[in-house]
Amino acid sequence: MSHDVILEARDLKRFYEVSRGGFRKKALLKALNGATFDLEKGRTLAVVGESGCGKSTLARLLTMIEPPTAGTLKIRGVDIVGSDSETRRKLKSKIQIIFQDPYGSLNPRQKIGHALEEPLLVNTQMSRQERSRAAREMMKLVGLRPEQYDRYPHMFSGGQRQRIAVARALMLNPEILILDEPVSALDVSIQAQILNLLAELQQRLNLAYLFISHDLSVVRHIADEVMVMYLGVPIEKASRDELFARPRHPYTRALLSATPTADPLKEKQRIVLHGELPSPINPPPGCSFNPRCSRASAECLQKFPEMQRCGQTQVACYHPYE
Amino acid sequence: MTETTYTSELDTRPTGRIALLKEFWAYFSENRGAVIGLCFFVAIVIVAVFAHYIAPHLPNQQYRDAFLQPPFWQEGGSLSFPLGTDAVGRDMLSRLIYGARFSLFIGCVVVSGALVVGVVLGLCAGFFGGRIDTLIMRLMDIILAFPSLLLALVLVAILGPSLINAMIAIAIVQQPHYVRLTRAAVMGELNKDYVTAARVIGVRRMRLMFVTILPNCMAPLIVQAALSFSTAILDAAALGFLGMGAQPPTPEWGTMLADAREFILRAWWVVTLPGCAILATVLAINLMGDGLRDALDPKLKRS
Repeated sequence: MSHDVILEARDLKRFYEVSRGGFRKKALLKALNGATFDLEKGRTLAVVGESGCGKSTLARLLTMIEPPTAGTLKIRGVDIVGSDSETRRKLKSKIQIIFQDPYGSLNPRQKIGHALEEPLLVNTQMSRQERSRAAREMMKLVGLRPEQYDRYPHMFSGGQRQRIAVARALMLNPEILILDEPVSALDVSIQAQILNLLAELQQRLNLAYLFISHDLSVVRHIADEVMVMYLGVPIEKASRDELFARPRHPYTRALLSATPTADPLKEKQRIVLHGELPSPINPPPGCSFNPRCSRASAECLQKFPEMQRCGQTQVACYHPYE
Repeated sequence: MTETTYTSELDTRPTGRIALLKEFWAYFSENRGAVIGLCFFVAIVIVAVFAHYIAPHLPNQQYRDAFLQPPFWQEGGSLSFPLGTDAVGRDMLSRLIYGARFSLFIGCVVVSGALVVGVVLGLCAGFFGGRIDTLIMRLMDIILAFPSLLLALVLVAILGPSLINAMIAIAIVQQPHYVRLTRAAVMGELNKDYVTAARVIGVRRMRLMFVTILPNCMAPLIVQAALSFSTAILDAAALGFLGMGAQPPTPEWGTMLADAREFILRAWWVVTLPGCAILATVLAINLMGDGLRDALDPKLKRS
């Protein structure tokens, strides 16, 4: 790999104990069950999958809001999980997150200027003037006007709020941005603006993005690499072009076929999956996709398939499409 | 920034405290009762502050030639004692005016004491959860399990009857309401994205609690403070009436009522007037509190 790996995740797991009330034993919910991937400087890794597949749990682990149950997470080769709190604090500022809902992610009682200055206030020794100048520069960078410095969040539209969220995330000069469905709460026209802004900032500041989404057309637009997740486990990993051209895993294939297209004349072959997403408390034995898979065999019921190379793709399936 | 499109007209909506106050007043003034309550309350505050200049007599001065003189419009009354005198010849109007001072003082001290302690406890309970939460909330449940006036009575009996002790007792009795409100609001805010965002930025615990979360929980607390202001006055009057609050000859409304009990049939004004003063003040503050709730509760707000 010629690229500069900045974040390494190895077999990350996160289990939650779920109380089922009464006198029943607590259940173990495996929200994330072994994610392994690298993130490179200046590149975008998209994570896709349906609701409940562990995307947001992954985001919470990477931003260190929650500790992983098992596995290692390294930033620039430094293990975060095992390090002391001071190192962790420093590394923490290198990873920032942008949330899906721009209406909930800004403190309603905080002026925009103060929201942008807060990261500097709590992490650096900068003077008031320096902070204010840095905040104003950042506002310019993300396309906000300086007179909006003294406004409260409720005076902004969704798109502007998302710009503010981006600006706040960038205040500490992070190297990695976790984008947790950053545009899915916005109008389509605004989505494009924000995506372009993100792409521009990535080029300028050489940021690494982990882009969580369920909107495949957005992923196609912004991603360099794509990782497909199912029930807490990555099942296919490939470059964007490879994945969209030649999906190997049966689930990826079904997912791609479900993307709506704006061309009514185009012939589509829709693969309809039957059944529900199994409960992560009680996943099916073997490959977790086997109850819904058209290619499942006896082997699939025994053991979860390892990630293996198949052409340019890495896929966890016994019977990938060639 | 070549791709970014600007809208070029300036956003001229006003910001800052004045705009916020204007918006608040717009909501508040819609409720006529609240405005009347506010006017009355302001009048009481003015009377209390300038009691020294307004009152025709000193509150504790006795006029030996005018025991139980009726108000001026009744036979036997005179304009030098507009609302009559009590059993030892003190001017009722002056005593009522000075009494406003005590009532407001009691309200302010009790509410601020209960508010500060209650907010801190509630914040801790909501923020830390687990055992701290259980400990604090069970303690509050115990306080709530007693009838409030009875508990206040017991506390005053232990501490000794005086106005200060009565205020402490009432503050303790009122506290659980603040703790519960704060805890509920904090737990609602805690899972919101902006709190998580602040954590990711590296905001430390104390700042997260008091700077990030607390201001967003204030609206219900302000309303509760306004409403319990009147409860505090009422409770203090009740304790005074039972002889456990302010001690005679303090011109506190509840104590005045207690002193006048035996004349209830002979001289209606010594009992009725302090009672009316309490009633009017409490009513005004409650009306005002309702208006405050309408103005501050985001759920009732139309944007």
